[in-house]
Amino acid sequence: MSANLINMLMEATWQTIYMVAVSALIGAVCGLPIGTFLACSQKGELLSAPAVNKVLGTVVNATRSVPFIILVVAIIPFTRMIAGTSIGTTAAIVPLTIAAIPFIARLIENAIREVDSGLIEAARAMGATPLQIIRKVLIPEALPGITLGLTLAVVSLIGYSAMVGAVGGEGLGDLGIRYGYQRFMPDVMAMVVVILIVLVQLVQSAGEWIARRVDKRAPRNRGA
Amino acid sequence: MQRDTMAGAAITFDAVGKSFDADGRRVVALDGVDLEVPAGAITGIIGRSGAGKSTLLRMVNGLERPTSGRVMVGGRDVGTARGSALREIRREVGMIFQHFNLLSSRTVLGNVALPMEIAGVPAGEIRRRAADLVARVGLEALSGRYPAELSGGQKQRVGIARALATGPKVLLSDEATSALDPETTQTVLRLLADINRDLGLTILLITHEMAVVRDIASHVAVIDGGRIVEQGETYDIFTTPAHATTRSFLAGVTGVTLPRFIAERMSSEPPAGPSREVIRITFLGERATDPLLAQMSGALGLEVNILAGAIEEIGARPFGNLLISVPADRGAEARAYLESNQQRTEVLGYVG
Repeated sequence: MSANLINMLMEATWQTIYMVAVSALIGAVCGLPIGTFLACSQKGELLSAPAVNKVLGTVVNATRSVPFIILVVAIIPFTRMIAGTSIGTTAAIVPLTIAAIPFIARLIENAIREVDSGLIEAARAMGATPLQIIRKVLIPEALPGITLGLTLAVVSLIGYSAMVGAVGGEGLGDLGIRYGYQRFMPDVMAMVVVILIVLVQLVQSAGEWIARRVDKRAPRNRGA
Repeated sequence: MQRDTMAGAAITFDAVGKSFDADGRRVVALDGVDLEVPAGAITGIIGRSGAGKSTLLRMVNGLERPTSGRVMVGGRDVGTARGSALREIRREVGMIFQHFNLLSSRTVLGNVALPMEIAGVPAGEIRRRAADLVARVGLEALSGRYPAELSGGQKQRVGIARALATGPKVLLSDEATSALDPETTQTVLRLLADINRDLGLTILLITHEMAVVRDIASHVAVIDGGRIVEQGETYDIFTTPAHATTRSFLAGVTGVTLPRFIAERMSSEPPAGPSREVIRITFLGERATDPLLAQMSGALGLEVNILAGAIEEIGARPFGNLLISVPADRGAEARAYLESNQQRTEVLGYVG
């Protein structure tokens, strides 16, 4: 394999990491409050707002129903508004983020719903405000689940990032299609696949390691 | 520890009712409950599951609101309090739970610190006070452990330390020993009694075990079908239960029942021929330990057969329950002798 190809692979790897990292970060920052709200706003819950919950839930579901490749193309005008261009790696972050937010929100909602309702009751009995309950009880207690949820989201985003070649986004997926497939370079394709496997493996292992560290629910984790 | 002398607050339930709609049906959980919980005492509410005792308890800190009537804690109306006024009341009412409800993500010390963080206590004071409280419940050595590493009794101790963190005037106990084994139950009850004595706070506990009431409560209310059917001092309720529900709860703890081979042969009228009268004697007060039967046997020249019996203590006051039989024709004489010595008697039946 030529030095040129190796450079291209390295650059594509970096582009993938860049797109996934930025979209996962923004997705988490936006998904955390949305997921938390979804988990606490049904009738009779902490932030009881059933109508808003319903609307937000529907929006989240709608976004998640659109296949990613369609989403990428469908929101091109919006992408141009945000990124100033609809073509390129940075522009590709916009659809990735739009896909990440509702996905992460649902994962966080599920993690928070797993928290024992007895803890919410105990915190209410202490005189905690709803925001204190979220900040001091729900999120810390849901942290192992949130960590695993974010890991799943990052792995999915690595997969999604392979499709952004459709709007001129680069990265490993795009390299694999343009060189490995269209120019019949099976060695490039193989390298792309190997790098993707390694990336996903690293993310998954790191996520599980962090989740184990923050999970104090089983005694065996002492001093882990 | 600071605020060691903080006095307890009285709790008053005034015609409290609670009903809600479930599946289109009106369900009445509480119906006209009047109850005075004396300040600084330990009061037990006993009832079967579904009797409404949990609903009643949770009204004291506003986790449930009455649909009618008033709940007053230390002179403040909990039922109508909202927002910050309600949160302020809640800081003066600690609560412990059957399943402990500790945060798995926090250490022992961190769990005890939580109510103070919520109340906005300065960090230095939180550290000092949390360490004091953990020591108070005897868990210094475990202060850095997580709840998953503790036994049930240790978890409940953390729960108690946490409930005391904001210096409450009232401590609510929601079946706090129901998930514990008998021995651990005793140590937790002793801790609650010590806290009541040392801090003078009011303890209101709900339970379905009469033994818990006997062991620490000075006052008791029996709840059945959303109503208080009997209330008073534990000693009086134990020695002279008036309501059938109370008696059925007591049957399990006073432990004095007729041996079955006698119970099966017993009739309510004396049979023909020689027979014996079965009498229940309730010994009260200091005379509970008098050798009265021996005295009676000597004074009346009576042959007394003891069938079952026990002497128990409620608070520091003993009371005994004894089942005896005497010849049926001399039953009235024996009862008169006992009554003249301030004992209560009851004819249970006759055996041939």
